[in-house]
Amino acid sequence: MSTRSKVFKYEVRNVLRGRAVLLFALCLLVLTEGLLWLGGGGTRAVVSLMNVVLYLVPLLSLVFGTMYLYGAREFMELLLAQPVDRGSLFAGVLAGLALPMAMAIAAGIGLPFLWHGGAGGGTAVVALLVVGVLLVGIFTALAVLIVLLFDDRAKGLGAAIVLWLVVAVLYDGALLAVIAAFRDYPIETPLLLLTLLNPIDLARVVLLLSIDVAALMGYTGAAFQRFFGNAWGIGIALVSLVLWAAIPLGLGARRFRRKDF
Amino acid sequence: MSQPDPCTVAPAATGTRRPLPLPRAVVELAGVTKRYGSRTILDRVDLSIPAGRVTAILGPNAAGKSTLIKLILGLVRPDAGAITVNGTGLDGDATYRHHIGYMPQAARFPDNLTGREVLEMVRDVRGRPLTTDDYLIRRFDIADDLDRPVRVLSGGTRQKLNAVIALLFRPSLLVLDEPTAGLDPISSGIFKDKIREAREEGTSIVLTSHVLSEVEELADVVVFLLDGSIHFDGTRQALWELTGKASLERAIASLMTRLKP
Repeated sequence: MSTRSKVFKYEVRNVLRGRAVLLFALCLLVLTEGLLWLGGGGTRAVVSLMNVVLYLVPLLSLVFGTMYLYGAREFMELLLAQPVDRGSLFAGVLAGLALPMAMAIAAGIGLPFLWHGGAGGGTAVVALLVVGVLLVGIFTALAVLIVLLFDDRAKGLGAAIVLWLVVAVLYDGALLAVIAAFRDYPIETPLLLLTLLNPIDLARVVLLLSIDVAALMGYTGAAFQRFFGNAWGIGIALVSLVLWAAIPLGLGARRFRRKDF
Repeated sequence: MSQPDPCTVAPAATGTRRPLPLPRAVVELAGVTKRYGSRTILDRVDLSIPAGRVTAILGPNAAGKSTLIKLILGLVRPDAGAITVNGTGLDGDATYRHHIGYMPQAARFPDNLTGREVLEMVRDVRGRPLTTDDYLIRRFDIADDLDRPVRVLSGGTRQKLNAVIALLFRPSLLVLDEPTAGLDPISSGIFKDKIREAREEGTSIVLTSHVLSEVEELADVVVFLLDGSIHFDGTRQALWELTGKASLERAIASLMTRLKP
């Protein structure tokens, strides 16, 4: 077994026993089951769950990730004093943190749909799960980056919350202001580019395109669809989401290798 | 006990230093400089830590003691200069740490793992060495505590676990950062006996401490750091001869007043 998997094994055990992730999974399970049980079909349940995934998953990943990693700092130091290379330790810890969260989403949302036979949700459910898992990856990677950039725990936690506020709330407000200010101009292309810069907007586009609910599309979703057609739109948004996880991960790994502990 | 070694005395005023005719060096620092931003923590430090002896690094807070230790462990990288441990130049490769046991100042472990799992994890990442030394587990009488999650253990018990980890793999170089801080007098005595025993078996030991009586009891060689430079490096006897003081406390005080009138 590689050092990475050894570290991963114990990290997962530690995270799962902390119960926070299990509680999160249970909440999702009760919510999803409740929505399906109340009726209205799979698509309506997906629409309701969408906001939970879009806002709550990033917030929880950021806050849980930063708090967990600040708490693990001293032990990380002890592990780094063992014959362990930094890259393996980084990968093991990160995977041990992100995977239980991803599993919580898969189980909490996926299981009720599974035993309801899909509930007519179809690809929308799959999209919801994929987007949820990607958001965990992205915001856990961003949490790692924050912890590596701020040695001070309070500052780091503050930065995590500010980041969430920006991507979840303020960014859309700014986008609306831009649309209002330039309503007489053809600003679809710049808007598309601006959407690529915010992972939550990207995730929303993927979900809306896959649910195919025109009324819920909003301006950016409509622009995406018109530009790329459904499959292309989803593909480009997904690739951008993966990049959103990969870039902070790369930066984090680089910094972790060079950091003084 | 040790023979009084002919030693080096390097008062800051003269800056000259004769080479140590001590056993081979286990750790060597040549011109090591470390800066954090504009602050210079260590300034062109040359140091030779003899094999098979107890070397105590003393100095006031923020003198650079912990940084010096972390440089040896590869946790911190020097801005200039070279470090050699057991003849291996440090270049980012982790294998030389197979021979090092480290006891950090703060004992923090993953909250939800048991003490035994923490030991297993460290053993795992070290590639499961066959010979382990569980003498301290028995003497500290913590076998039962090891089956409980770390979060319910008292600070003292965690510190004992910390000590156990440092000595578990029969290292040839022991690095101890404030080792007896947080240990009760009985445990502290047990631990000091173990350090002396390890020394008799040929282990090289580097420790930092604020407890001068402890240094007086254990150390063969004293290194005095102040403002990032070494102001004394030699045996205890040599320090007493230099300062004319009979206790380590008075000798250090005398050094300090001489250096900072």
